[in-house]
Amino acid sequence: MSTIQFTIDGKPCTGKSGQTIVEAAKDNGIYIPTLCHFEGLKPAGSCRICTVKVGGRFMAACTTPVTEGMVIENKTSELEDYRKAIIEMLFVEGNHMCPTCEKSGNCELQALGYRYMMFVPRFPYLFPKRELDASLPKIIIERNRCVQCLRCVRSMTTSDGKKIFGMVNRGGHIHINVDRELAKNMSDEQAQKAMDLCPVGSILKKEVGFVVPIGKRKYDAMPIGSEIEKA
Amino acid sequence: MARKITIEPVTRVEGHGKVTIQLDPHNNVIDSRFHIVEFRGFERFVQGRPYWEAPVLVQRLCGICPVSHHLAAAKAMDVIVGVGPNGLSPTAEKMRRLMHYGQMFQSHALHFFHLVSPDLLFGIDADPSIRNVIGVAIKHPDLAVQGVMMRKFGQEIIKVTAGKKIHGTGAIPGGINKNLSIAERDEFLKGADPLNVKKMIEWSLAAVNLFKDYHKKNKDFIDNFAAFPSNHLSLVRKDGALDLYHGVLRAVDAEGKKILNDVDYQDYLKYIGEEVRSWSYMKFPYIKSLGKKDGWYRVGPLARLNTVDFIPTKLAQKEFEEFKAYTKGKPNNMSMHMHWARLIELLHSAEVIEELLNDPDLQKDELVRKGKKVKEGVGLIEAPRGTLFHHYRINDNDQIEMANLIVSTTNNNEPMNRAVNWVAVNQLSGKKEITEGMLNAVEVAIRAYDPCLSCATHALGKMPLSVSLVDADGNVIDKKEK
Repeated sequence: MSTIQFTIDGKPCTGKSGQTIVEAAKDNGIYIPTLCHFEGLKPAGSCRICTVKVGGRFMAACTTPVTEGMVIENKTSELEDYRKAIIEMLFVEGNHMCPTCEKSGNCELQALGYRYMMFVPRFPYLFPKRELDASLPKIIIERNRCVQCLRCVRSMTTSDGKKIFGMVNRGGHIHINVDRELAKNMSDEQAQKAMDLCPVGSILKKEVGFVVPIGKRKYDAMPIGSEIEKA
Repeated sequence: MARKITIEPVTRVEGHGKVTIQLDPHNNVIDSRFHIVEFRGFERFVQGRPYWEAPVLVQRLCGICPVSHHLAAAKAMDVIVGVGPNGLSPTAEKMRRLMHYGQMFQSHALHFFHLVSPDLLFGIDADPSIRNVIGVAIKHPDLAVQGVMMRKFGQEIIKVTAGKKIHGTGAIPGGINKNLSIAERDEFLKGADPLNVKKMIEWSLAAVNLFKDYHKKNKDFIDNFAAFPSNHLSLVRKDGALDLYHGVLRAVDAEGKKILNDVDYQDYLKYIGEEVRSWSYMKFPYIKSLGKKDGWYRVGPLARLNTVDFIPTKLAQKEFEEFKAYTKGKPNNMSMHMHWARLIELLHSAEVIEELLNDPDLQKDELVRKGKKVKEGVGLIEAPRGTLFHHYRINDNDQIEMANLIVSTTNNNEPMNRAVNWVAVNQLSGKKEITEGMLNAVEVAIRAYDPCLSCATHALGKMPLSVSLVDADGNVIDKKEK
């Protein structure tokens, strides 16, 4: 694998060919925010929170491979404001009640909201009517909080490769759904994996909640991204 | 001409309420009412949520004593997950107790020092620009600092048990999500003044003595103001001791005769009914065996000291004996003695906190237990303002399908209305001039109950709405009902 030279916000960086901008930035101690991206999964590029500018063009850093001599803009005021706007849009187009959500403190969307100091969204709340599905034995699907990242769709499969989760409808009406027969046979481990993969509180393992005390949750001590910036 | 006096909002209470007093042309009181004008509706919107979310969700109905709702809901969920009210691990139960007594301590301190002390220190008819917590801070800075630091102590106890001072997540169905570290414990046991439990006991005792001194000098006011006989209800420990976290349900009448004799609160519906009246969002609970008219009762510190046989901590028991001796062992029906009872509980809470902090069970690791799940559970707790009922039923999908909350303040609805009426009839009726001090007297009567009005109104769909159009002479011109 050959070494590639590129810059992020003027800082000289090195990467390996085949790496995405997000991965290469991480190796250089630079945080590019992600939400739909999950290490080990094929990138989807659906949320656009990782948008960077390369040669004056907007690109999704989670899907764009890094190339020799690339000049990447990341932490500019323009991009940071666009990212904040995306976070705000995600908040207003769902029904995110952080105070009573068991994912609070472990939620990536909430953590991004804090990192980008989202106080009041610039967009009006849509308060969509979305249904909670509690009829499965191992998990609850709380559609009010779904951000359509497709992590569950991409990762949760049966041993013979069948997808357990999928999306139905289009545009603003799109929502997460499951193959009920496959979901009924999910193991405890699969239910836990689905919950852990979900960046928000949309997939919840049944009958356990709030077991991690405040102060020990993932983002209680340090903001999201600081583990990369510290390294 | 007939007229109506409206006091809105009622000040130095939690939440929003108003009082209306109808006067005839000779200023005689025709009627008085204490209205709760805000509506919350938690009973409805908890429906459909997963049961393990209830302790965290429902506590949001209050910012003053959320711990009470958090724990009452958790206790109901203990029943649902098959652990029952008595099956928690010692660590879980004691952590919850510590959380609860911490809350009791901070809430009682808040009420006495911030809300009530201005009336006692300056007089109920003093200039309102002085008769407030800022006035206390200026004229009695030592007392003001004590009030603030005592509240802080209680809040810090809540933080180490629930995770944060307001709206924590400590109690979960079947247990607790953390224990108490040695470092956390030692902050309270060995910490520097004033956040030290010994100092809290000392200041609590001083607060009891402050009230007793005031009582000696103002006997007529404290003994007679808004006093009236009533039934009293609370949880008591099985051996008759004061227990604010758990127990059986006991009710006594004004003479001390037992109406409810230590019954299991899981069956509360057999004993307690709730009446709805058109002019308030708050329901009127009553003891079924006595009926709607006579079954109303008081809850809270005064009721608790009337129902229990003893207090299981040394200093508070000594004060309790003096309190009981004042009424020769009979129930105390004097509304202003509510403050005395509350301060004895403040002292008791500090003593219990000290006992718990010294208990090594708090450092153990068995936090959660599970049993065979059932569909329905009831959780009761003695909140600062009185007995708090939480009742939930879940469906096959683990979603809450029914919730019934009888909040402490709701239990005191009829007594507060009676207290308002007492002041209206005894101090306002027939007077040529109604002064600000007289109107504050109405609030003083309400304040004795330490109501939390924001907690108390949830009965969506059950409350008929009635609007009356009344002319200047009090004649009803038009009336619409929904």
